[in-house]
Amino acid sequence: MTEFHLSPGVTAGRLGAEAYAENFSDLHPALDSHEALVAADRCYFCHDAPCITACPTDIDIPLFIRQIATGTPDSAAKTILSQNILGGMCARVCPTETLCEEACVREVSEGKPVLIGQLQRFATDHLQAQEAHPFQRSASTGKTVAVVGAGPAGLSCAHRLAMLGHDVTVFDARSKLGGLNEFGIAAYKTPAGFAQAEVDWLLQIGGIEIEQEKILGIDINLAALNAKFNAVFLAMGLNGVNDLNINGDDKSGVISAVDFIADLRQIDDLSAMPIGRNVVVIGGGMTAVDAAIQSKLLGALNVTLAYRRGRKQMNASKFEQDLAASKGVHIMTNLVPVAINGNGSVREIQFEYVDADMNGTGQMVQLPADQVFSAIGQTLDCSDLPALEQGKISVTGAGKTSIDGVWAGGDCATGGDDLTVTAVAEGRDAAMDIHAHLIR
Amino acid sequence: MANLQSDFVGIKSPNPFWLASAPPTDKEYNVRRAFEAGWGGVVWKTLGLDPHVVNVNGPRYGAIYGADRRLLGLNNIELITDRPLQTNLDEIKLVKRDYPDRAMVVSLMVPCEEDPWKMILPLVEETGADGVELNFGCPHGMSERGMGAAVGQVPEYIEMVTRWAKANTRMPVIVKLTPNITDIRKPAAAAMAGGADAVSLINTINSITSVNLDLFAPEPTIDGKGAHGGYCGPAVKPIALNMVAEIARDFELAAIPISGIGGVTTWRDAAEFMALGAGNVQVCTAAMTYGFKIVQEMISGLSEYMDDKDMTSTSQLVRKAVPNVTDWKYLNLNYVSKAKINQDLCISCGRCYAACEDTSHQAISMSSNRIFDVIDGECVACNLCVNVCPVEDCITMEAISPGIVDPRTGKVVERDYANWTTHPNNPVATAAE
Repeated sequence: MTEFHLSPGVTAGRLGAEAYAENFSDLHPALDSHEALVAADRCYFCHDAPCITACPTDIDIPLFIRQIATGTPDSAAKTILSQNILGGMCARVCPTETLCEEACVREVSEGKPVLIGQLQRFATDHLQAQEAHPFQRSASTGKTVAVVGAGPAGLSCAHRLAMLGHDVTVFDARSKLGGLNEFGIAAYKTPAGFAQAEVDWLLQIGGIEIEQEKILGIDINLAALNAKFNAVFLAMGLNGVNDLNINGDDKSGVISAVDFIADLRQIDDLSAMPIGRNVVVIGGGMTAVDAAIQSKLLGALNVTLAYRRGRKQMNASKFEQDLAASKGVHIMTNLVPVAINGNGSVREIQFEYVDADMNGTGQMVQLPADQVFSAIGQTLDCSDLPALEQGKISVTGAGKTSIDGVWAGGDCATGGDDLTVTAVAEGRDAAMDIHAHLIR
Repeated sequence: MANLQSDFVGIKSPNPFWLASAPPTDKEYNVRRAFEAGWGGVVWKTLGLDPHVVNVNGPRYGAIYGADRRLLGLNNIELITDRPLQTNLDEIKLVKRDYPDRAMVVSLMVPCEEDPWKMILPLVEETGADGVELNFGCPHGMSERGMGAAVGQVPEYIEMVTRWAKANTRMPVIVKLTPNITDIRKPAAAAMAGGADAVSLINTINSITSVNLDLFAPEPTIDGKGAHGGYCGPAVKPIALNMVAEIARDFELAAIPISGIGGVTTWRDAAEFMALGAGNVQVCTAAMTYGFKIVQEMISGLSEYMDDKDMTSTSQLVRKAVPNVTDWKYLNLNYVSKAKINQDLCISCGRCYAACEDTSHQAISMSSNRIFDVIDGECVACNLCVNVCPVEDCITMEAISPGIVDPRTGKVVERDYANWTTHPNNPVATAAE
């Protein structure tokens, strides 16, 4: 194993089978029922609880924890899912340390919040293990809605509309549903095919038709959708990525971190996933951290995360930064890439140190690199959309766009953080707004 | 270090912590290990006449839990010893011989006739035991046969049997009282009238701990049925404390020594029982929950506390709080306090607000940034906010000094003590002369 671990260049199978299995197992193993009771007992059942306010989907957290504590986890799951239909995924991927658990009064007083995320997973797993869907569809309204994109925002919107009795058609560009849940989230946060299982479970509500591999602007267009359906919800996410735009960024081995993560999520056999001995990831957000950690977990010997500003300015939370560091990722800050060197393939990357105002200092540093993953932001790359604002679809209220009958939410629209849970909230709220519009 | 040496009705023990008559004191093996662990004495599990009783072979205990399955209350349907009388007597003799400095009290329960008492008491005396405890408390099984609580609930029987016991032994006689009555002073008075050297209380409380909602049967369930059992453990401590205090502060009963029983789990519980009048304490559920080792904490804790209070003997602690137990009508109605929230300690959970707003006097305000404050003009000092606050000492009750206006009533707080007996709203008030 050590031999392959040290192999130069980009190669697959750096680790033994056991190491892959261990590295890509659940980041937080599921609580067993006793652990869940112990964790639930710690909740103070706060009045007008700060954790609810901190949750983008306003889940009644004290109520669902009390339902777990009193031995009714399925009721707890319904409390969660009635606000957030992707509560199972959010329990796994939410940066709880900056949301509900940061607001928990026990975090404030003891530095140890109630394990809200893990309790949420306990409840939703318990219900979803029974493979029954807890919600019933209302009688059909005869109204039709097109949802573009089957990521968190699109699925959330589609489910709510279907539940309210509308007939929904979901168009998605890819071969599998789920959007970033399927293609973008780190593998160790949602192992064992959870993303697809959750989509299948969600669709049990009925009344949702799926049209796969339909790309907006190529296979379908907004004007036609708006003409055919009573309403349209746009939730395509961000399909483009920012380029490095430096000398040598066309060399082999320089790839987008988004593509690397998607490939990793879709590969069946992790030992077939090639990874460099030296990997450099550029960026400071969740995508950068996920790419860096997973490079390390695949057996890369040296992984460096290079970010142009300081640790404090990184979009990745402190928990994520610490997780990266604990896996052996070397975090370097105040570095801007200036050139990638190599003969056909990348061999090294050159950075310049910059000060707090992003002014170059003239001091350079070279890092050996077999692969360079860039994670410096994603873009909305599509034409014939409603009015944009700073590169995203401009929305007001619950996702209204500049075009009548067209709503938007999730990463492709303005407003909110680019989080799964925010997308779910936007999808749900747009659905309620669309519903109000359709039945008036 | 304070001396914990205890002398209870002439029975000496190195500390006031005895194991109560129960499964922990059922046999030689247990009692030897208890003494090795440091227990000051035991009350050997109740002996009866042969043929010995039998126990159920299904579950004998049921429980009430707090957070993290911390056992708060235990219910049992065990009976008295289910071993032959002679076996117990032989073992008692052996253990007492090897541990002469420990208290060895033997619990007894025989039918309500003088002959069985005449027969059994000399047998116990012969073991070298230090005293006997009459089990008039067991609320299940034995009471159906006219023993245990069936005796303890009839003061005349208590007096009669106590008298028989005193007439047939030179050993001190402790009468164990059942709490399953309306006024604990009546059975205590009966024991005293019968010549008892002391009373011990409380025995267990009639209880059904829970109902199995699949079987629709009480727990513990034996083949689909359940019977009420005896409740004990931390949950019963407040009931026991009150009953101990009722006896200790009764003018007629004040002279009778009390062995305090009921949910004693830590040294602090023991100290509370003693301050309310118990000369020593008996422990069972805590040992059954955590093992014999807990006595080490009880010994060190009580010693440390007594050192802090400059007490050198447990007798200085016994009855220390009795003068301050009074009737409601004598409480000072001119004493006014207000809740005060320490903002540095407050974690903004808002439980005080929910409790006060929904169920009390709407005397706590909540700001948009979750600052909680007491509205003195509404606060009646009920203490509910203190009780529901998860942070110790975050909310306290602060007395208003005499001469200051209470913003709730608009009246100046009086310096002088005044109670209900003289209050103008009391139709039978006696005018303060």
